[in-house]
Amino acid sequence: MADRILILGIGNVLWADEGFGVRCVEAMAETYALPANVRLLDGGTQGLYLLPFLEEADALMVFDAVDYGLAPGTLKIVEGDEVPAFMGAKKMSLHQTGFQDVIATAQLLDVCPKRLMLIGCQPVELEDYGGGLRPQTAACIPEALEIARQKLAAWGSPVEPGRTSAPDLADASIRRDAYESGRPSEKDACRIGDDRFLPGAR
Amino acid sequence: MTINTPNGFTLDNTGKRIVVDPVCRIEGHMRCEVNVDDQGVIRNAVSTGTMWRGLEVILKGRDPRDAWAFTERICGVCTGTHALTSVRAVEDALGITIPDNANSIRNIMQLNLQIHDHIVHFYHLHALDWVNPVNALKADPKATSELQQMVGPNHPLSSPGYFRDVQNRLKKFVESGQLGLFKNGYWDNPAYLLPPEADLMATTHYLEALDLQKEVVKIHTIFGGKNPHPNWLVGGVPCPINVDGVGAVGAINMERLNYVSRIIDQCTEFVANVYIPDVIAIGGFYKGWLYGGGLSGKSVLAYGDIPENANDFSADQLHLPRGAIINGNLNEVHDVDPRDPEQIQEFVDHSWYTYGEPGKGLHPWDGVTEPKYELGPNAKGTRTNIEELDEAAKYSWIKAPRWKGNAMEVGPLARYVVGYAKGHEDIKNQVDGLLRALDVPVNALFSTLGRTAARALEAEYCTRLQKHFFDKMMTNIKNGDSNTANVAKWDPSTWPKEAKGVGMTEAPRGALGHWVKIKDGRIENYQCVVPTTWNGSPRDSAGNIGAFEASLMNTPMARPEEPVEILRTLHSFDPCLACSTHVMSPDGSELTRVKVR
Repeated sequence: MADRILILGIGNVLWADEGFGVRCVEAMAETYALPANVRLLDGGTQGLYLLPFLEEADALMVFDAVDYGLAPGTLKIVEGDEVPAFMGAKKMSLHQTGFQDVIATAQLLDVCPKRLMLIGCQPVELEDYGGGLRPQTAACIPEALEIARQKLAAWGSPVEPGRTSAPDLADASIRRDAYESGRPSEKDACRIGDDRFLPGAR
Repeated sequence: MTINTPNGFTLDNTGKRIVVDPVCRIEGHMRCEVNVDDQGVIRNAVSTGTMWRGLEVILKGRDPRDAWAFTERICGVCTGTHALTSVRAVEDALGITIPDNANSIRNIMQLNLQIHDHIVHFYHLHALDWVNPVNALKADPKATSELQQMVGPNHPLSSPGYFRDVQNRLKKFVESGQLGLFKNGYWDNPAYLLPPEADLMATTHYLEALDLQKEVVKIHTIFGGKNPHPNWLVGGVPCPINVDGVGAVGAINMERLNYVSRIIDQCTEFVANVYIPDVIAIGGFYKGWLYGGGLSGKSVLAYGDIPENANDFSADQLHLPRGAIINGNLNEVHDVDPRDPEQIQEFVDHSWYTYGEPGKGLHPWDGVTEPKYELGPNAKGTRTNIEELDEAAKYSWIKAPRWKGNAMEVGPLARYVVGYAKGHEDIKNQVDGLLRALDVPVNALFSTLGRTAARALEAEYCTRLQKHFFDKMMTNIKNGDSNTANVAKWDPSTWPKEAKGVGMTEAPRGALGHWVKIKDGRIENYQCVVPTTWNGSPRDSAGNIGAFEASLMNTPMARPEEPVEILRTLHSFDPCLACSTHVMSPDGSELTRVKVR
């Protein structure tokens, strides 16, 4: 029987490029016809809630925005034992029960998937509450998907172009197009934080 | 300088200042500063949310039927509660009623979230304030087995071999350098009082609870269609019921209902046989440490939740009680009206917002979220790197909500104090039983330990309610009613031109309200007043301190540079800063820094 593969997008779509992982998983559903052993999941802002899904997988592929100190809009691929360490390199999301802790917990319970891969993106902008992906970050999605396609083939699950119906993705109102086009104007809704959070405003 | 606050605390900020930033093992980001006297006793407390809050503004102009999907994303823990509060607010505004089955299913999901959150909070976020997993390595497995059989005789996992295995697993985990989950501990601090056997027993249950919680959340997957971030629906629940169906996508059939029933039984057993006995066992060692009561014996607030019948939110029809107690007068429980502009108001004199004039409070329907970041003259450091806050000026991104001008505590203990004062039979029996088991007077409830114990009792009560609503739903289905949604007013053309509504729930961590104004089919204003806004609020214009601040007052610290006592008390509120405020820390650092000045 083919390995059960979980493709997980994590991050908060309300925080601009923090939504990279979730948007990648949405794009996967639009781009490939995935076989039944490959499951797409919008992990959103959740931590421990993800544990049961890890338990049911032999291999885990994670899309996320993580800070590696690279040029913004650059992809970073990490595999195997290095995944947890990289995900905890610098916490920048609201999921305080960080995904690193979820993996550590899965290891403690001996239910962690054997194979791990992280497809990470160095974000351009996080400090824009209610904002969508920046063009440079969005432009990384096709490359991220191609890397995923190659890895799925290497994991014994080659995929064809097409579409996948995935019930575990975000509600339509918060999918990328609806979310980004429905944003209130800057005049209607203040977008700024304070000096500590505004890039460049010092 | 010494200040007497209107709500009965004497603040003295002359002693050594201790800064804890961020407070770890919570959702979101908070910072706390205290002054201790020369005996190490806390004489002034300052709690601040260091993130900007802005959910409200991103909902402007959106379809109110979608608001739940956005509010569900603001937090990593109580997603479903926000969604429920949101659909209730919109239904209230538009006069939409829900069918009986939807009420039962929503209650089951909400109770499930309470139980899940309480278990995870106790074992995975809070236990390490009382339990020392490193000390557990010294335990004798045989003695641990005896302890287990004494405190929780109905729990089957109790043999010496079982505890030896867990101890070995733990040893391997610690030796491999993966202390990960147990890092940031002050494991040789004298504030830890348990013998190694109790530490091993509780740490073992930490692992068992991890296993259990994986199952518990599956109820959300079944009724919500997916998890995390389950689906919700204005007018009901989005899952059709088809008991004769066989695996149709999304529909609830008999097989799934049986699965739900099994999970409910698992929760019930774990809470009764493990969680409650653990709290009593651990509480027994700490019952001399009754600090942290803060506002709990003075001013508490609960909106109430879990309506017995669909669409009936009258106080006597709610299983979780509603009411407000002020000035410590438990003989009088006031009713709470979220629509009354004079009752719930938010103040911003000490928050980084402005209403244009000082001393003003705004009801959430008229709420304004306009940032104004400025440090007081006595703050130390810079605007981007604050070393010490000036609490006489603005000092937090959390607003200060007040009920008739009073700072209030919300949460499981507040609900239980209100329930106890009202003579709620189930709650009174549970509390009296606990007090007898620990041999402490009723005043012991007003403490950090009381907050932790109330949460456990509530989890137990919720398991019974969960079963009640499951049975109620099954009876209804057997009688031929499988209706789960009312879509009569789904089309915006059926709505009034302008409408406003309020949705209230009891989130695991306390009273949660969403206030919505709808105009021409779109959201005009949306305000959330979340539990941690109540508990974590800064001072108000009258000088009342908030619940976190009050709870830290007069607590002695064994070693001020190791803030075990501060963490223990703040964690007892199960704080969730992600939705009360927003934005990450500037450097994303996770390690708690403690500075003594």
